[in-house]
Amino acid sequence: MATFLLKRLGLMVLTLFILSLIVFLAGQVLPGDPGRAILGPFAAQSAVHALDTQLGVNKPLITRYLSWIGGAVHGNLGESYTYQSAVAPFIGAALINSVKLALLAFVVVVPLGITGGVIAALNVGRPVDRIISVTGLSLATVPEFVSGIVLIVVFGIGLKVLPVTAAAGPGASVGSQFRHLILPAIPLVFVLFGYIARMARAGTIEALNADYTRTAILKGLPRFTVIRRHVLRNSLLPTITVIATQTGYLIGGLVVVETLFNYQGVGDLIFKAAQGKDFPMLEAGILVIGVVYVLATLGADLLLIALNPRLRIGGGND
Amino acid sequence: MTDVAADPLDPAGTTLGPGSAVAVTAAARATPAQWSLLVRKATFLAGAAIIVFWVVCAIFGHAIAPYNPLAQQLLDVNTGPSGAHWFGTDPLGRDVLSRIIVGAQDILIITPLATILGTIVGTALGLAMGYFGGAFDLIAGRLVESVLALPSFIIAFLFLVAVGHSTTTLIVVIGFVFTPLIARTVRAAVLAERHLDYLAAARLLGENPARIMFGEILPNVMPAILVEFTVRLGYAVFTVATLSFLGFGIQPPTPDWGADIAADYVGLTAGYWWQVLFPALAIASLVIAVNLITDAIEQVLAS
Repeated sequence: MATFLLKRLGLMVLTLFILSLIVFLAGQVLPGDPGRAILGPFAAQSAVHALDTQLGVNKPLITRYLSWIGGAVHGNLGESYTYQSAVAPFIGAALINSVKLALLAFVVVVPLGITGGVIAALNVGRPVDRIISVTGLSLATVPEFVSGIVLIVVFGIGLKVLPVTAAAGPGASVGSQFRHLILPAIPLVFVLFGYIARMARAGTIEALNADYTRTAILKGLPRFTVIRRHVLRNSLLPTITVIATQTGYLIGGLVVVETLFNYQGVGDLIFKAAQGKDFPMLEAGILVIGVVYVLATLGADLLLIALNPRLRIGGGND
Repeated sequence: MTDVAADPLDPAGTTLGPGSAVAVTAAARATPAQWSLLVRKATFLAGAAIIVFWVVCAIFGHAIAPYNPLAQQLLDVNTGPSGAHWFGTDPLGRDVLSRIIVGAQDILIITPLATILGTIVGTALGLAMGYFGGAFDLIAGRLVESVLALPSFIIAFLFLVAVGHSTTTLIVVIGFVFTPLIARTVRAAVLAERHLDYLAAARLLGENPARIMFGEILPNVMPAILVEFTVRLGYAVFTVATLSFLGFGIQPPTPDWGADIAADYVGLTAGYWWQVLFPALAIASLVIAVNLITDAIEQVLAS
C-alpha cells in the first residue's frame, strides 16, 4: 500500500510540474503585449514599455517562471492586470461559487448515473439498456450551452417555474441560491450522467459474469441479495475513479454554464481573463483547476484503498 | 476489476469513455461479415440519414436556403416562426432557417478534419508507445497523462487564446487535444497484440520496426481505431460548437450555429426563443446522429 501511495504521489507532483510548465508557456506566447492591452491602442510606445517593465513581462522566461511558481507555492498567485490587485481573493471567491454549483450537480448525478448504469447492466441487450446507453451517450456529447438553452426555453420562459440566471444576488437565502442553481446544474448532470452510467454498466456486467456471482446464484441466494452483496460491491469500485476524473472535466464545463447563466465562478473568471489578456488571472485560474483535479484523483485513490482490501494487503500489485 | 493500479497511464481502467477496453477487445475480433450487418441497423441508418442531410446543407446551402442568410430585413426583426419564416427572424431580420442551413458548413469542415488529424498523430504515437515500450513509453506516457490531467476543453481554450483563432488553428488545436486520448486507446490495443505469434514471426524475418508497426500491427488494431474515431467525432462536434459559442470560431456575420446562439441568447429573456432554440437543436441533432452511428458500430463489433 505504501508503494502504491508513494507512486501515486510522485506521479501527481510530476503531473503538476508539467502542467504548470504548459500553462505558463501558453500564457507567455499569447500574442499582443499586456502593456498595450491594458493601455489601449492609442497609448504612447514609451508608456507601454514602462508598464511592461513594471509588470515584469520583459524579464527572461525562466526568471518569470521561477518567481511565478515560487509565489504560487506560497499562495501568492500574482497580481491581476485588470483589477490591479492580488489574484488569489478573486479565485477564492469564484472557487466557492463553482464548488456550490459542481456539488449540486454531483449530488444529483452520482446516484442517478449509478442507478441508470446498474439498471442497464441488469437488462443488458434489452431495449431498456439500449435506451439508457444511447441517451447517456447522446447527453454526454450535447454541449452544455445547447441543453442549457433548451432548459431555459422550457422551464425559464415557457413554464416560468425557475430563474434563468444563476446568481441569486447578494445576501440571498440558501433556499433562493439553491433555486437559482437548479437550471445551471442540469446541463452538467446531463454530461456527467453518460460517463458514470457507462462505467457503472460496464463494471456491473463484468461482476455479473464473474465466477463468484455464479457461485452465489447457484448456492440459492435471492437475486437481490446477489446483486447487492456480490455484484454492486465489485462493480462500483471503477465507477469511483471515473467520478473523480470527471471533476477536471466538470470545471471545463463550468466555463460554458457560468457564461450562459451569468454566474461568477472559476469558469467565468478564466473566460473573462482570457478575453482581457489578464495572464496572471488566467494562469492562476487554470493552475488551481489542475490542483483541484489532482486532489480529487488522490481522494479517489484513497477511497479505493479504503474500499478494496486487495489494495490494502497486496501493496498495489506492481 | 482487481487490477485497479496495473496501468499507471490509465488509472480509470481504460473506461473513460465509449472507446473503452470492452470496445477495444470486441473490436479486435471484427470480421467483414459484421460490417455488412452494420448497414442493416436502424440506428446506423438513422444517424447516417441525419448526417447526409447536414452534409447536403453544407455543400448546397446557399441554393437550398429560402433567403440569403446575410440579408437583413429591418422591418421584420425578431418575428416568431411563421409561414414566411419557418424558424422566425433574428434581431437583424435575417432568416433563422437560412442561417442554420448555411451555418452547417463550418462545423462539418472543422469537426472531421480535426478528428482525422488527432487520429493520425495519436495512432502513430500509440503504436510507437505500445511497440517500443520501455523508456519511450514511460516518458511519452507521462506527457500524455499530464495533458489528460486537464480537461481537453481547457487546453484547447488556453491554446486558442495563446495562438489566436482561425479555422486552421481550431483544427490543429482540437486535433492536438485529441491526440493523447487516441494514443492511449491505440497503445492499449497494441499491448494486447504485442505477444502474438505473428509479431514474433515478423521480427524473426527481420522486418524493420516501422514496417512491423504500420504493416503488421496497424491492420489488426484498425477496428479499435475506427471505434475511437467515431467516438472522438462526437466529442469534436461538442468542442467545436462550444468554442464557437465562446467566440473562438467563425466570426460574424458568417452564419454559424454556436456563434449565432452566442449572439442571440440575450434575446431569450425577451422571449425570442426561436433564434437560439433552432440552432441548438441543429447541434443536438448532429451530435445524436454521430452517437447513433458509434453505438451501431460498437454493437455490431460486440455481437
